[in-house]
Amino acid sequence: MDENIAEAIVAAPEADASDAVDAETFRVKMTTRNVNVHYAEKHALRDVTLDIGEREVTALIGPSGCGKSTYLRCLNRMNDTIDICRVTGRLELDGQDIYDDSVDVVQLRASIGMVFQKPNPFPKSIFDNVAYGPRIHGLVSDRADLDQLVEQSLRKAGLFDEVKDRLGDPGTSLSGGQQQRLCIARAIAVGPEVILMDEPCSSLDPIATARIEELIDELRQNYTIVIVTHSMQQAARVSQKTAFFHLGDLIEQGETPQIFTNPRDEKTQGYITGRFG
Amino acid sequence: MTDSAQSVLIAGQKEKVRRGLDRRLRSERRFRAYGIVAIVLAILMLLFLVGTIVSNGYSAFTQTWIKVDVLLDEELIAPDGETDPETLREDGDFRGALIETLVADYKPEGRAQEDLLVAMFSTEAEWTLQRHVIANPDLIGRKITIWVKSSSDIDQLTKGAVRRDSPESGRKLKDLQLRWYDRMTAENRIETRFNSGFFSSGDSREPEQAGIWGAIVGSFLTMLVTLVLAFPVGLAAAVYLEEFAPKNRLTDLIEVNVNNLAAVPSIVFGLLGLAVFLNFFELPRSAPLVGGMVLALMTLPTIIISGRASLLAVPPSVREAALGLGASRMQVVSHHVLPLAMPGILTGTIIGMARALGETAPLLMIGMVAFIVDIPGGPTDASTVMPVQIYLWADSPERGFVEKTSGAVMVLLVFLIVMNASAVYLRKKFERRW
Ligand SMILES: Nc1ncnc2c1ncn2[C@@H]1O[C@H](COP(=O)(O)OP(=O)(O)O)[C@@H](O)[C@H]1O
Ligand SMILES: [Mg+2]
Repeated sequence: MDENIAEAIVAAPEADASDAVDAETFRVKMTTRNVNVHYAEKHALRDVTLDIGEREVTALIGPSGCGKSTYLRCLNRMNDTIDICRVTGRLELDGQDIYDDSVDVVQLRASIGMVFQKPNPFPKSIFDNVAYGPRIHGLVSDRADLDQLVEQSLRKAGLFDEVKDRLGDPGTSLSGGQQQRLCIARAIAVGPEVILMDEPCSSLDPIATARIEELIDELRQNYTIVIVTHSMQQAARVSQKTAFFHLGDLIEQGETPQIFTNPRDEKTQGYITGRFG
Repeated sequence: MTDSAQSVLIAGQKEKVRRGLDRRLRSERRFRAYGIVAIVLAILMLLFLVGTIVSNGYSAFTQTWIKVDVLLDEELIAPDGETDPETLREDGDFRGALIETLVADYKPEGRAQEDLLVAMFSTEAEWTLQRHVIANPDLIGRKITIWVKSSSDIDQLTKGAVRRDSPESGRKLKDLQLRWYDRMTAENRIETRFNSGFFSSGDSREPEQAGIWGAIVGSFLTMLVTLVLAFPVGLAAAVYLEEFAPKNRLTDLIEVNVNNLAAVPSIVFGLLGLAVFLNFFELPRSAPLVGGMVLALMTLPTIIISGRASLLAVPPSVREAALGLGASRMQVVSHHVLPLAMPGILTGTIIGMARALGETAPLLMIGMVAFIVDIPGGPTDASTVMPVQIYLWADSPERGFVEKTSGAVMVLLVFLIVMNASAVYLRKKFERRW
């Protein structure tokens, strides 16, 4: 296990180069301070303080049930939809408190897109899937603009060439990996700054997974990405920063190579060497 | 343990498993047999039910007609020589003309025999004659041949429902009438035709003139009122309860009560309608408006329950996807959840409406059981509905109404089957596409 991860890090050629760039231009996109989440009586997240860097990939790892999804869903306030869920602490996007009363959730979710564990295209055409966000937000005024935006988004998600002849087909007719890229295109179409991904590859085969990982690496140029993953190889391959969660606590965070090669906490050490999780 | 001992042990285990397997297979076969027996019994009962209804009722769709020669005596039909429709309708004695010719042909002796002769024809016969003459006034003065409906008794005779060998005092048709009938048969004056009147007339005291159209229109108007009231209200309630309402004590209480309402006997809704709509709001009696309101109350819980179930069946991933893109809750519901749930909601609505269509008891309470001849023209006109019409006919003593009852049941069943089939079709067509 250990060696695989080390290999993955070595195999990721951009890792060193981009780290150098990051060091110069590093800017915090989102900050979260002392975030606590309760589901009714259950204390699911305890005092999580974490900075999300702009235009880089932050991976959240940890054994299942440790609160990774919960944390991710705090970032675009998806937890609002769960009646029993209570979030406290300070969460900021570009210095603006996202839980402030003046913040419109609709606006917020337009700038923080989300991709889910299971590909969930709408049971509509491929085109309508991508066009839905721009339509409800009124981003385009005429059909030509919409066509262009849909094409652009599909291109960015690396899907356009595969579906350009059948934009009218239902999104659900695509393969799992294509569906997930469609969901990414759909999120991109709204013009977000941050994209949250909750185990986006867990239901995909290795080839589709590799495709998505490549895509994440490309998207990093323009978007801030937070990805939950249960695969440590994946975290090592795609992310620049890694945060390790355990039973609702944020145990350790740092540069991905450091976390995987030289973890400070022994729980992290135990998890990445496969002793538990 | 030696190798051979071990193999003996394994063989023993295999033997045990095999015996156990036999037992499992036997019990599975037995269970399947029970299932088949149950299905066969159910089908037999259904066949018996439908068979009885059809064998009793198919003859309701035919009617005996008699060919008569009528001298259109000018003195009776147009005594003033005027032949415009208005005068003919007012002054023409078509019944007289009909009787005059019949008497001349069949020569009854005395008033009593003449009455027997006339009783072989439907009282509608003179109106058939009148219509024919008004349409062709130049026939007046000539002798014409015209087909008219027989009376219900003759109709039953033609259909073989009257026993000729029973004592004369015990039957409605007397020997003399039978002789006349045989003469007509010999002269090829008797014909059985499709009974189109059954589908185009309202109720009547005379079986041969009674039709189901009034009840069909009444049922249609009632269902329309029910649908217009129950569907939007039920839909709104289901959407609110499932998608927007907070989950707390109050909504739990509402849910329990909606479920309870669905189990309330329908006659209770009838009593409610009587007390509230008729006595308090003084809405008209026997009207599809009130019937529809009562049935809407009855159907509402069904629509709400099936609507909520359909909404719940829409996968949460669809909601999450839309919410994640920044759709408002209203947009999530109207753009995604509702369209996906609609087939299920419609299915539930159709099934609820089908139940309402067959409902009798609550409508009796609000006076829809009255004898109404006219076809209702609107939801406030007095009318009856199909199941009540069946109830009324089933209660009538005349032999002719037996087949009408079963015939009406068949018509009602056709409507119900069409409605349920469309519900099944909807469900199949739009089954889970995600
Ligand atoms: N909707 C919910 N209601 C109640 N408890 C929840 C809910 N979602 C998650 N939890 C609980 O919160 C904890 C963290 O869950 P989650 O964030 O989904 O973990 P992870 O994504 O790391 O596997 C778990 O113990 C889980 O049982
Ligand atoms: Mg999770």
